[in-house]
Amino acid sequence: MNQKAHLLIRKGRVIDPNTGRDEVLDILIENGRLVRIAASLDAPGAEIINAEGMLVLPGLVDTCVHLSESSGGRNGSIASEALAAASAGITHLCAQPDTNPVIDNAAIVRLIRERSFKSGFAKVLPLAAMTQGLEGRQLAEMVTLKEAGCIGVSNAGKPLQDTLVMKRCFEYAATFDIPVMLRPQDAALSAGGCAHDGPVASRLGLPGIPAVAETIELSRALLLCETTGVRLHIQQISCAASAELLRDAKRRGLPVTADVSIHHLLLDESALENFNSDCHIIPPLRSRSDRDALLAAVADGTIDAVCSQHLPLGSSSKQAPFPATKAGISGIETLLPLMLLLVEKQALTLPRAIELLTSGPARCLGQQIGHLEIGRAASLCVVDMHAQQTHSEHWLSAGKNSPWIDTNLPGAVRLTVCEGKVSWLSD
Amino acid sequence: MIHSPPSANIQLTADGRLKHFLSIEGLPRSLLEEILDGAASFVEVGDRSIKKVPLLRGKTVVNLFFEPSTRTRSTFELAAKRLSADVLNIDIAKSATSKGETLMDMLWNLEAMASDMFIVRHSDSGAPFFIANHVTPQVAVINAGDGRHAHPTQAMLDMYTIRHYKGGFEGLKVAIIGDVLHSRVARSQIHALNILGAEEVRVIAPKTLLPKDIESLGVSVYTDLASGLRDVDVVIALRLQKERMDSALLPSEGEFYRLYGLNNERLRPAKPDAIVMHPGPINRGVEIASEVADGPRSVILHQVTFGIAVRMAVMSMSISGQESGL
Repeated sequence: MNQKAHLLIRKGRVIDPNTGRDEVLDILIENGRLVRIAASLDAPGAEIINAEGMLVLPGLVDTCVHLSESSGGRNGSIASEALAAASAGITHLCAQPDTNPVIDNAAIVRLIRERSFKSGFAKVLPLAAMTQGLEGRQLAEMVTLKEAGCIGVSNAGKPLQDTLVMKRCFEYAATFDIPVMLRPQDAALSAGGCAHDGPVASRLGLPGIPAVAETIELSRALLLCETTGVRLHIQQISCAASAELLRDAKRRGLPVTADVSIHHLLLDESALENFNSDCHIIPPLRSRSDRDALLAAVADGTIDAVCSQHLPLGSSSKQAPFPATKAGISGIETLLPLMLLLVEKQALTLPRAIELLTSGPARCLGQQIGHLEIGRAASLCVVDMHAQQTHSEHWLSAGKNSPWIDTNLPGAVRLTVCEGKVSWLSD
Repeated sequence: MIHSPPSANIQLTADGRLKHFLSIEGLPRSLLEEILDGAASFVEVGDRSIKKVPLLRGKTVVNLFFEPSTRTRSTFELAAKRLSADVLNIDIAKSATSKGETLMDMLWNLEAMASDMFIVRHSDSGAPFFIANHVTPQVAVINAGDGRHAHPTQAMLDMYTIRHYKGGFEGLKVAIIGDVLHSRVARSQIHALNILGAEEVRVIAPKTLLPKDIESLGVSVYTDLASGLRDVDVVIALRLQKERMDSALLPSEGEFYRLYGLNNERLRPAKPDAIVMHPGPINRGVEIASEVADGPRSVILHQVTFGIAVRMAVMSMSISGQESGL
């Protein structure tokens, strides 16, 4: 993208949850560095972005993205998905290790970082597999992987059946202060399931996954977090009981954070009516009251971040009867619009919604990102929150598996700057 | 936001006629009664020396069975032939579709053969919906059993049997016993009985064999056979698959039979004129004793006879619904 050395973003409503800033200001970026934020700036020769009536936010941080270079039914490349991220204001995305091959050695990490750097659209923060091959048996070389650039270790949603292995993963990670990311789901209780074990699955005859499959695994992880002292980030909880367990863990002072996917805040099991496989996602969409409890937990701070749980699939992955379809939603482009939809519905305040996409996820990942800091390479986005658009017209992700693709949603990103480089610019 | 239409909508034409038969759920009572009345006229065809009517002459019916079945497939075949249709039987063992040909590729091939109707059985719930959503509009799709979801023609032949013996559904109490969790038949029966106005539908099983929140389908739940059978007019035993013992759902066939198996003694709380039904094939000595299966209250063999007539009714109605839409 052609760009001048200096960029002046004028009269936008600047929201930075990290400092609590929320006012109309100008922002000056010189040679990629954020140099000034002030009421009225002048910069001769700078390219002017008129952000009047728009939001200026720290670059958004997505805590859970499944990437792949077109394998295992997944579509797209790091470049295609990073561009989709940039178009949605996302500057940093945390990549799960369940790529093909699995991120469990330094060479793969280097490859991913190289491709992400080359594309330049978004910064990929890779997670390492907690165990070799994600098989839940042998510990991965966590320290080597951290040195290669991984920001933490993850089970990528694969159950860790052996409690001893889980305990040792936590102990080893705690020794070297490596954060552990865990999506909790018990293997036996979820085997063969594809929908929430509730009235809709019972009526449609879909094999169920009970909420207790999640809470049993979460309880086990929280107990081991307590005994090992590991920094634990729980990913994509789906039910009211999990929110309650987390609330209690935080009250007791455990070093735990949590995220939820945006889909679980907007949809419930009724979205599966008519065997709608675009809503086939794991963990499954649960009851209306689970959804309400997740929204409450997001509002009160029990949940720290909202993520896209992006998983781009090829069209044939959803061209089958519901139980035979692959689970997953291509969500990176609709993360911000759907958050703005929750603000419109008054489920969240705008500053809290922004916090859940910026400083919240940054804290979960233990990274100094998601805020506007003078003197550093700028990562920010300019968003027209009053614009409405249907995403099907300009869908960029290689995965079109989204229940929202034809829905008119609020918000359009005009500019994204990722670590000093313009990664997205539209009129 | 997403507003999905109720599952039943794609089964009906704009003016409310049947064009696919995928599920009982969401169908109006009048339509179920039309099926039963239609079946009554076809029962008579089976008694003639020449058992054919020309309603589907020149039509091609494809039996598309992704799951093995002898009885259901042969009754569909017989029903299609009695309606003068050409019948093509395709058995697709699960492995065949994994040869690389997707379900979609296979459907397009069959459509190219100018088929008019697909009779579909599949182990995945929702498969006939998927197929109905993806075939060309002129092809009618009939669900011959999908996963745990629905088996609507079986339920309608059961309704026919009940109406035949009980005269109607008003005031009837019906008990369904056994493996409701895995039963597409039970789900379809529950919808049909509620739509047709039965007074009470009960399910009787241990908790391991009951789907979560099954009450939401409009049933009363019993875990004890004797109280569940009290004063019922119709008793339906479900088939218990042997695999259920391996997956820790039940300790043994013996204990299941001791607690939920039907014999004359245990049927005592039911009304004296209660009928006993079973979708077959029966496991003697597991869910039902021979003295009941072969006894005076059993109507199990009549169910099979009525099955052909009910399938003829459903097939002719959906073909004419398809044609009215052209």
